[in-house]
Amino acid sequence: MVNITTQYMGMTLRSPLVASASPLSEKLDNIKRIEDAGAGAVVMFSLFEEQIRRERETLFHHLVYGTDSFAEALTYFPEPEQYHAGPDQYLDLIRKAKEAVDIPVIASLNGTSIGGWTKFAHKMQEAGADALELNVYYIPTDMNVTSAQVEQTYLDILYAVKQTVSIPVAMKISPYFSNMAHMAKLLDDGGANALVLFNRFYQPDIDLETLDVRPNVLLSTPQAARLPMTWIGILFKKIKADLAATSGVHTSEDALKMLLVGANVTMMTAALLKNGIDHIRVVEAGLRRWMEEHEYESVDQMRGSVSQVHAEDPSAFERAQYMRALTMYRPNWSAE
Amino acid sequence: MTEREFITLDANEAVARVAYKLAEVIAIYPITPSSAMGEWADEWASQQQPNLWGTVPQVVEMQSEGGAAGAIHGALQTGSLATTFTASQGLLLMIPNMYKIAGELTATVFHIAARSLAAQALSIYGDHSDVMAARSTGWAMLSSASVQEAHDFALIAQAATLESRVPFVHFFDGFRTSHEVLKIEPLVDSDLLAMIDYDKVLAHRSRALSPDHPVLRGTAHNPDTYFQARETVNPFYEVCPDIVQNAMDQFAKIVGRQYQLFEYHGAPDAERVVILMGSGCEAAHETVDYLIGQGEKVGVLKVRLFRPLDMRRLVAALPASVKTIAVLDRTKEPGSPGEPLYLDVITALHEEWTEVPMPRVVGGRYGLSSKDFTPAMIKAVFDNLSLAKPKNHFTVGINDDVSHTSLDYDPAFSVEPDSVVRAVFYGLGADGTVGANKNSIKIIGENTPNYAQGYFVYDSKKSGSMTVSHLRFGPQPIRSNYLVTKANFVACHQPGFLERYDMLSDAVPGGVFLLNSPIPAELLWDRLPRPVQAQLIEKKLKFYTIDAYRVARESGMTGRINTVMQVCFFAISGVLPREEAIAEIKHSIEKTYGKKGEEIVQMNLNAVDQTVSNLFEVPIPAAVTSTVEFLEPVSEGATEFVHDVLGMMIARKGDLLPVSAMPNDGTYPTGTAQYEKRNLAQEIPVWDANVCIQCGKCAMVCPHAVIRIKTFAPEYADGAPETFKTTEARDTEWAGLKYSIQVAPEDCTGCSLCVDVCPAKNKSAANLKAINMRPQPPIREQEKANWDYFLTIPEMDRRNIKNSSIRQQQIQQPLFEFSGACSGCGETPYIKLLTQLFGDRMVVANATGCSSIYGGNLPTTPWSKNNEGRGPAWSNSLFEDNAEFGLGMRVSLDKQAEMARELLMGLTAEVGETLVEALLHADQKDESGIHDQRERVVLLKEKLANVNSDEAKRLLPLADMLVKKDVWIIGGDGWAYDIGFGGLDHVLSTGRNVNIMVMDTEVYSNTGGQMSKATPRAAVAKFAAGGKPAGKKDLGLMAISYGNVYVARIAMGAKDEQTLRALLEAEAYDGPSLVIAYSHCIAHGIDMGKAMRNQKAAVDSGQWLMYRYNPERASHGENPMTLDSRPPKMPVKDYLRMENRFKMLELSKPEVAKVLFEKAQQDVNEHWALYEYLAARPVVGTNGQSEH
Repeated sequence: MVNITTQYMGMTLRSPLVASASPLSEKLDNIKRIEDAGAGAVVMFSLFEEQIRRERETLFHHLVYGTDSFAEALTYFPEPEQYHAGPDQYLDLIRKAKEAVDIPVIASLNGTSIGGWTKFAHKMQEAGADALELNVYYIPTDMNVTSAQVEQTYLDILYAVKQTVSIPVAMKISPYFSNMAHMAKLLDDGGANALVLFNRFYQPDIDLETLDVRPNVLLSTPQAARLPMTWIGILFKKIKADLAATSGVHTSEDALKMLLVGANVTMMTAALLKNGIDHIRVVEAGLRRWMEEHEYESVDQMRGSVSQVHAEDPSAFERAQYMRALTMYRPNWSAE
Repeated sequence: MTEREFITLDANEAVARVAYKLAEVIAIYPITPSSAMGEWADEWASQQQPNLWGTVPQVVEMQSEGGAAGAIHGALQTGSLATTFTASQGLLLMIPNMYKIAGELTATVFHIAARSLAAQALSIYGDHSDVMAARSTGWAMLSSASVQEAHDFALIAQAATLESRVPFVHFFDGFRTSHEVLKIEPLVDSDLLAMIDYDKVLAHRSRALSPDHPVLRGTAHNPDTYFQARETVNPFYEVCPDIVQNAMDQFAKIVGRQYQLFEYHGAPDAERVVILMGSGCEAAHETVDYLIGQGEKVGVLKVRLFRPLDMRRLVAALPASVKTIAVLDRTKEPGSPGEPLYLDVITALHEEWTEVPMPRVVGGRYGLSSKDFTPAMIKAVFDNLSLAKPKNHFTVGINDDVSHTSLDYDPAFSVEPDSVVRAVFYGLGADGTVGANKNSIKIIGENTPNYAQGYFVYDSKKSGSMTVSHLRFGPQPIRSNYLVTKANFVACHQPGFLERYDMLSDAVPGGVFLLNSPIPAELLWDRLPRPVQAQLIEKKLKFYTIDAYRVARESGMTGRINTVMQVCFFAISGVLPREEAIAEIKHSIEKTYGKKGEEIVQMNLNAVDQTVSNLFEVPIPAAVTSTVEFLEPVSEGATEFVHDVLGMMIARKGDLLPVSAMPNDGTYPTGTAQYEKRNLAQEIPVWDANVCIQCGKCAMVCPHAVIRIKTFAPEYADGAPETFKTTEARDTEWAGLKYSIQVAPEDCTGCSLCVDVCPAKNKSAANLKAINMRPQPPIREQEKANWDYFLTIPEMDRRNIKNSSIRQQQIQQPLFEFSGACSGCGETPYIKLLTQLFGDRMVVANATGCSSIYGGNLPTTPWSKNNEGRGPAWSNSLFEDNAEFGLGMRVSLDKQAEMARELLMGLTAEVGETLVEALLHADQKDESGIHDQRERVVLLKEKLANVNSDEAKRLLPLADMLVKKDVWIIGGDGWAYDIGFGGLDHVLSTGRNVNIMVMDTEVYSNTGGQMSKATPRAAVAKFAAGGKPAGKKDLGLMAISYGNVYVARIAMGAKDEQTLRALLEAEAYDGPSLVIAYSHCIAHGIDMGKAMRNQKAAVDSGQWLMYRYNPERASHGENPMTLDSRPPKMPVKDYLRMENRFKMLELSKPEVAKVLFEKAQQDVNEHWALYEYLAARPVVGTNGQSEH
């Protein structure tokens, strides 16, 4: 029997397969099913900074809009005794999830600025979250903002949150930095307990009939796994923080590759949305089978065994390999 | 005695607090100005707050005040402690039950925010007309003069009614007291417990109807016994005054405040005394003190218990020295020998005065409809009493140049002490001024030894309305319950007011003027109008300015300058030490906004911190330099009446209009809103002719009719201003014609609904449409000129417009324009469309509510007329009788048309057979037919003028009745679903050709969003603070059940073509028609600029089904039901979450929301199945009914 437990941010997980932040975790029932399917941990769906702000501002706006204007209708709504704004419901779900499952529950906060919302990190901890995943979804579009400023924003958010919580904090980031390795080091030095690589940029689409720019979420494909795999392989053993692979993990093969390059955990969203929560069982079975077939005893044993520091050819992660890849490439049609 | 803390609140809340504590059953119905009492009760009950005895009262909303009174009657009869709150017409509806309740000697208290009655006009403001109309019901009547008294008397009345078994009306002045925020000492539970003798509660219960000890009550008598039985109650009335006085004495022992049934205040040797009741007592008290200080022998007798009138005590309370008495009534009884209190005082003196001679008594009227009642007027009353022959039956406070009843008074006379800080703030409803001032009162009233008072004046517009806050602070209790006219501090929160209103006329010399203005302090002086500069210099005012919108914006608070201006007030008024005040403001921000979110708190705190450094004093030069005068209140071209009368009201000088200026029967000209240029919009829509596809949707949805379309011959574009835009008309039937869309720049409210619905996109920039919002000020003058030019282009002949296609129909002239409705209103687009289609032949019966206010509240009206002088004739009867009112119109018009036809037939020889036949058998189904008939009537009148017979003379004024007349009965869901449903149902059953349009906002919009039976399940509304558990009533289905009623359910934002078709069919149907129109509303908590999307979502989710049920179709063997909605394509939850009214439930009661949202989906599913069946079922017979 192979041992698939893994360490992630100081927690021992029974499996390296983790359900990443997705709408699946909006329901307590699903969280239970995720545990039942064998996941090592569950990352809750993201609580968005904008959601926190907007919900409150919208509520406030509509409660005061049109008031004190007309003598017969000085208000339009009864004043609720209490509000359970989005965050309250989120916190409530953490509490319920903690009661319902034994696997670690990782709360997820998504935002790009320092503000009141970061204080929710503390409330999440109070509600029982075992760890926190900070998804800094920041698309700098201001031409006057420098790369250094962008990087500092990430660090500031990390610092702000670390100040308010004692539970581990993972940073879920994008790969789009001038020097990803340096950024990883900065976050590592800044106290991030793990790096979750990578979040996926929302890239809007255009509706050709209405000419509206539409949100159109594309689920990740196995091809997307290459980017996190590359960077996890490069970063393994070079930073203290744990590494979580996300994007493109669909099969046991994908998960294995991530573990081999050095991931502590591999996270799945698209595969579960597509195949259902029980897909975790399929992946775990494949993982175990491969490990048994290849006589691995534990995840710990194989973790990072094909990372840059341990790979037979370290240059495979770098430019030298890029050149080789290009020169060796033969398009399908040329073979005919 | 209990240690007490002071609080600041208004009388509605002060009364509701006590009434709630003492009730087990509360029946409510909204009516201004009493609605807030019911709202408080509902809110507390939904929060499970217990009454005095630890149980949560049952609060039930009824369908009318009549219903509320009936429910209370029942609750009392079965032994509960029950109460209700009402005013004005509401009290009138309760009168029948009040007779019963009193006749049965039942203990209860009704709390009344006394208000005017609708006579020549409706008024929401305060006087005693309503309570005086109820004085014969046999109820005791206890009058409170202040917020503190209202709070205290709510308890005293309850104690007294339980003891006496006489039911009590406890009344206080609407608005002046109900809405005045005042620092008071609240009662605590132990006071209430000590005052209420529980044995009396048990006695009340023991009289209850119960099958366990059955009795019969409510019998019918015969001539032999009714009279005697009626006299049995006398002993109860005889002892009632003693009981009330005892309660007052006991109250004094417990609480420390002593009241008397008749409370005299003044010189012990007074020779002149005024007698009155209500809030006027406070101003009279203050004036008497002042005049005594001046050596005058005067006094005031405050009447607290008006019924049963204890004549002995009344007379005994008067000083023996009194020689002349003025009795002041805040009501009017035309034709009576005097108003009620006056007559009572005379009777009392006649019966009880033992000395000789008896004082001379005169009576007068004052303060109707909250007309300010000031020390100056009270002094005039005393001066009148000094005359050898005092004027009797006088009025005070107006200039009656018709009957010459009015007393002259000196408006400059003031009694206010220097120790009182008086401040006036001019703001917009939307900018938060009122809220900030209420907060300042709280800060001062509850954190310092000072007393504080606030009163707020609103205008009658629902968009861009001006608010004026009147605040007083001082070391002594404040009795000055009239508007501030000697202000130490005047603040103008809106720079636009500066050129419109003379705000500084109320400033005292040496006072402070604070102006919010984007103009830098150093440039400001030169931009001030001349009269403002002159007063700043003459009165030696200190002048401060701040760019509050910038400070607020930079703090994250777009549009709301409340916090900024509040800090300014405290920073420069010196009411509190600056640092202390700022600390209090911050504390209060955290308290007020804490539960709404940290971001909200933070942005307010930021604003506080940014304010002081942005507040500047403006040095005042020695000389006036400006030549700019105040703007004219009405635009050019206004008629004399509009200019001289309505213009005065617009300029806020309506108080100066004499009686002779007013129409004596409540009749006003239409078409007057066009002269009131309000310039509300920061941004207005601008048309891009090149992008436009000429669909007409922008004009159709425009709630204020500011977007107009004309199609015209090219020569009419000659001589147009350079910037006037035209393009080729695209409609093939209009080939060769020009097309223009023009915006009325000064009438637009800037809602942007037009932009949101515009389907055309600019091919080079997808963010632009064929109509785009642009800042108004830079283009105001240019567009004004374009608008004026546009108006000179002739309207297209209505016969040439295909009114079944929106793109053509929308060039019809709207005869409803520039109303005072909310920006983005969901009702007015329907009304406007009606007037385009049928305005030249419609009579409108309009139920009381939003539409009667934006349609008929002075100064101006949006109902207008076309170039031939034809247009809608409009009237409002009541809230509850609108359908019947409209039916009466229909029957009357039909009768007159019938008489005209009868007379015409008798005049065949004189008129000529051909014309008579043509007139009698004219087909008037379309515009052409109506046009031709009008031509025939012209011819007929010409002929009749030459016929010298009685028949001809009788026919002449009836001739116009030969032309088709439409009756449109319109109103909201509060009327149609609730208070007026019985009448509506009956009118539908008559088969008469009336058209009924229900603008369904799903709440009582006008009174602030109370639940109606149209409110959908899960919506949070007032009176449904915990979310409405029941589903919406299907009014349409009820009407369909008659089989011969045309019924349509429409939603313009979902399918405008269906809306148009339904209205055309409804009008064409020769029988009753009912159109139920989904009307989005500010009370839904939505973005009003995008509200047509909400309508669409309501339809797409199946929440709002659209259909047309046309009995005509049945006569052709077709199914009368056409389902115009498609199967629901989105979950109803997604629609509900678009609107705060539903979303609030998720935020406040997530568990309840979950259940109700699911039920809402079930509702949708079931309705869809039902209507799908109705539309598909096989039909037999001709009445639209199926064989099933």
